[in-house]
Amino acid sequence: MDNETKHLFDDPKNVKRILWFLYISCALLFALDFVIHRHVAHSWENLWGFYPIYGFVGCSILVFVATWMRTFLMRPEDYYDKDENTDIDVKESPVLTKKQIKDEQLTKLGTYDVDA
Amino acid sequence: MMWMLELPPFAPFFIGALIAAVTRGPLRGAIMVAIPILGAIQLSMVPEGVHLQFTFLDYQLIPYQVDRLSLMFGYVFHIAAFIAIVYSLHVRDTVQQVAAIMYAGSGLGAVFAGDLLTLFVFWEFLAFTSVFLVWARKSQRAYAAGMRYLIIQVLSGVILLIGALFYAVENGTLAFGYIGLDGIAGWLIFIAFGIKCAFPMAHNWLTDAYPEATPTGTVFLSAFTTKVAVYALARGYPGTELLVYIGAAMTCFPIFFAVIENDLRRVLAYSLINQVGFMVVGIGIGTALAINGAVSHAFNDVIFKGLLFMSMGAVLHMTGRINGSDLGGLYKTMPKTTVLCIVGAASISAFPLFSGFVSKSMVMTAALENGFDWIWLMLLFASAGVFHHAGIKIPYFAFFAHDSGIRASDPPTNMLVAMFIAAGLCIAIGIYPAALYSLLPYDTGYNPYDATHVLAQTQLLFFSALAFVWLNLKGLYPPELRSTNLDFDWIYRRVCPNILQRMFSTIWAIDKALRQAFLVRLGRYLTSVAQRNEGVSGLLSRTYPAGSMVMWVAVILGVYLFLSFFH
Repeated sequence: MDNETKHLFDDPKNVKRILWFLYISCALLFALDFVIHRHVAHSWENLWGFYPIYGFVGCSILVFVATWMRTFLMRPEDYYDKDENTDIDVKESPVLTKKQIKDEQLTKLGTYDVDA
Repeated sequence: MMWMLELPPFAPFFIGALIAAVTRGPLRGAIMVAIPILGAIQLSMVPEGVHLQFTFLDYQLIPYQVDRLSLMFGYVFHIAAFIAIVYSLHVRDTVQQVAAIMYAGSGLGAVFAGDLLTLFVFWEFLAFTSVFLVWARKSQRAYAAGMRYLIIQVLSGVILLIGALFYAVENGTLAFGYIGLDGIAGWLIFIAFGIKCAFPMAHNWLTDAYPEATPTGTVFLSAFTTKVAVYALARGYPGTELLVYIGAAMTCFPIFFAVIENDLRRVLAYSLINQVGFMVVGIGIGTALAINGAVSHAFNDVIFKGLLFMSMGAVLHMTGRINGSDLGGLYKTMPKTTVLCIVGAASISAFPLFSGFVSKSMVMTAALENGFDWIWLMLLFASAGVFHHAGIKIPYFAFFAHDSGIRASDPPTNMLVAMFIAAGLCIAIGIYPAALYSLLPYDTGYNPYDATHVLAQTQLLFFSALAFVWLNLKGLYPPELRSTNLDFDWIYRRVCPNILQRMFSTIWAIDKALRQAFLVRLGRYLTSVAQRNEGVSGLLSRTYPAGSMVMWVAVILGVYLFLSFFH
């Protein structure tokens, strides 16, 4: 990686430039609200900075709510890949095999086998 | 040449698929590219009206009918098929290529169907052809996701068929026109359309299957199925108010999932639902402007969503990865893909001068004009949100963010060319929307580029970007994490199987206990019988004295004697 050519955003200055461009654009757009007369269809549109504030607050709420949703929606990546039934612990009644049943009977019979 | 005009638009695709199935290499590529071109030339000459009809069991069937609404979808399906075919020219998998062309043809068959039975046939064709694009990924996950996809799609078709039969009984015709929500037929068909349209709670087939398909397959998938459903709703249920609320829900809830989703193609699948939501709202409002908005947004969405899926497909194709947590810094070695992806992102975010702006704003304006104030606020929120997750998140985490160290180059030429065409269309429609508007079903004289709209939308988007920057700098933005997020499919992938599993295991346990109790009891009974008859000459004793043997021989001889009397 060291012998690679420098790329556009490897230089933090360029990132800063982009950010400053954004900040200035936002400020200008906000200022335009006071200059341009808009014909509105909804009374809220008359509020100064309605769209900028709605966009900013809306997106922040979106991210906060989505982050909060992670607390109860997030599962491991292979959640559905696992055997779908592993989280069930079926309380099975103690199962006796045929052999065990036979043994039980034999013990009860006790002296059954006279040849023994 | 006249007979060619009478050939329904799906025919070139089906015939072409047959030829593609038996050819190889460059010849197959040439044939595949020629199909949508020839189809489009043919479609451009077709006049409106009924072109094919016959009588079947007393019902008039119209397999091929053309009007402005279906033409609009016909055009964009040809464009989408062309772009996606160019994008997938490098694919050598015959099954995938043939399935893709048949799938595109089925979409065309559906939008030019004049009756519900024909619609049903193509509805199911869409399901059966497209599932191969998922299965072609050849992974266990893709197989399972494809299976779920197929079951849900076929279910939608079955409901449509039942609805169509009810409709025929109620109205005495199968013709596909305005249906409306009165009567059981109306509701059944509505539900069938709704499943394919990814209505809330019926949406997970999309977010489940699309990201599991092949890089090229998803590009096809994103274009047709949901848009056929949008078309069907626009024809059958314009002005149905319920659709406004369903659509508004569709625009809002997926964006939350998109923000926390790691698989970038799944993020796009969620934003696909969000975009379809705008169309559904437009159809629900039902005025000329709203329908125009819905249809033109469907047209644009096919192209810009295709472009985004293509750019992410290119990333997956070149790096083998698609999770945001694995990617980053790709702009260094994939500059063309980066720029093309940003064009798609700007289009879906509805930046002025990009295609999304000229169609989405129609729906928003229509919502305000018709007094859906709260819906308008929801759409505004969704617009900001779509910029957030599709406009910024997709390019940012794939191409910028932290450097993942991956140094993949730009994809093969055919993929780049396909993306260039799509990006060119996005910008062309954005700059010169009149061309698109002239194709629309209604003439409303709408102009998207007035100062109010442009300023409002630009402010909304720039401050959304500002929010993203602020959250990122403050470290509040949720990092990309390897994870699965539960959605409604959890109900049928986990809860229902678990309930069934528990139910059956309880039944089995009870059954087992009963049988065991019986066996034990039987054993005890036999034991006691054996104990009682134990000993010399007992019924179950193994130690019989010779005397009893003589007695049994005498009994047998007696029986012989008795039987001999009957001779």
